[in-house]
Amino acid sequence: MGRRRRSCTGYGPLVLRDYSGMVIRARGVEKRYGDKRVLRGVGFDLARDGFLLVTGPNGSGKTTLLRLCAGLAIPTAGELDVTPERGRIGYLAHESLVYRELTALENLDLYGRLYRVAERRERIGMLLERFGLWDARHERADSYSRGMLQRLALCRALLHDPELLVLDEPYSGLDEEGALLLDRELDERRPSSAFVVATHDPARIELFATSKLALA
Amino acid sequence: MMYLADVGALARKDLRLELRARDTLPAMLLFVLSTLVVFHFVLPGDSSELAAKGLLWVAIVFTALLGLSRAFAAEREQGVIDGLVLAPSDRSAIWLGKALSVLAFLALAEVVALPAFALFFGGIGGPMIAGIVLADIGIASVGTLLAAMAAASRARELLLPLLFLPLAIPIIVGGVGASVTSDPARYLGFLGLYDALFAIICWASFEYVVTE
Repeated sequence: MGRRRRSCTGYGPLVLRDYSGMVIRARGVEKRYGDKRVLRGVGFDLARDGFLLVTGPNGSGKTTLLRLCAGLAIPTAGELDVTPERGRIGYLAHESLVYRELTALENLDLYGRLYRVAERRERIGMLLERFGLWDARHERADSYSRGMLQRLALCRALLHDPELLVLDEPYSGLDEEGALLLDRELDERRPSSAFVVATHDPARIELFATSKLALA
Repeated sequence: MMYLADVGALARKDLRLELRARDTLPAMLLFVLSTLVVFHFVLPGDSSELAAKGLLWVAIVFTALLGLSRAFAAEREQGVIDGLVLAPSDRSAIWLGKALSVLAFLALAEVVALPAFALFFGGIGGPMIAGIVLADIGIASVGTLLAAMAAASRARELLLPLLFLPLAIPIIVGGVGASVTSDPARYLGFLGLYDALFAIICWASFEYVVTE
């Protein structure tokens, strides 16, 4: 699997450097939108089984950093090497990233096709069961509550069994049962996946974290 | 084959969304019919066929613009475009799937509009229909790329017409020319060339439009 290097010059060719099993290596990453500098001098390493907890106040650039890690944006300056191909990254955003006019099943089926998920139907069924959405699988997403939408978004992010999970406020909107389900999922996946998680409630997942990054 | 399967899945999804939400096609139908009715009463009785056909092309372009302004609405509302962009499939499949659905909506609007035009203003010839088909392909190709660019902007309602209308001028020239001249082949060839050129440009450049 080729390593992607995102630098200020954009996507470069395959880079044959060994970062000793690192999934992400960031050095002096900066991101600007016009004149506004959103991120400045961010650096960290994330191992294959690493769990990076990103904290910081509103506007500190947490979401921007996560978008950079997911490959949805390119740094303005600095170096950001992300090993997994984009199809091996699971991204949970503030928004659900699902079509509101489609049912949960239709949404996951579309993503399953696009993400080349093997045994798609079985995998979708298993996730919907696990996150308590099986009975609502034929309901349109626009009839879902905020918590159900977050569960569906988690199903979508986990559908293709990603190597790197980039989660932006994953507990947002979840009730205690949903939060416990997510705790269990994170715990089960920890040995096989790397995580970058941004949250305002670090106490909940501090236990999982192998490293922390506080943005100012 | 996987590429075509992705394109098919994305285009089918758009058609399904429209069947459920019904927020684009009915607006396009209402707009094109209303425009033709207005033109029918505005044009003097002794107007030339050229004027009527020119107005049909105005109606087609602005109806397409209406559809294009909604093309990425569903993706924008819930940030779905990020999920699609992260998929391992070629990103141009997103453009092609969306262009096919835009083409389908435009064709459906014209299936209603052309008989109405024939009723109000007179006959429609084969070259004119061929011109409309070729123009639709160009409109869908260019319009989908520009709609994706505009969707990322706050001023999307303003930006899309500003970007699209100048690029639609050659389509109107070719379409009107194919509709009114005795030698339409030249204009149809021009439209075909426009389609091929811009389809390749849009296909190749879509990836850069959806990455920050």
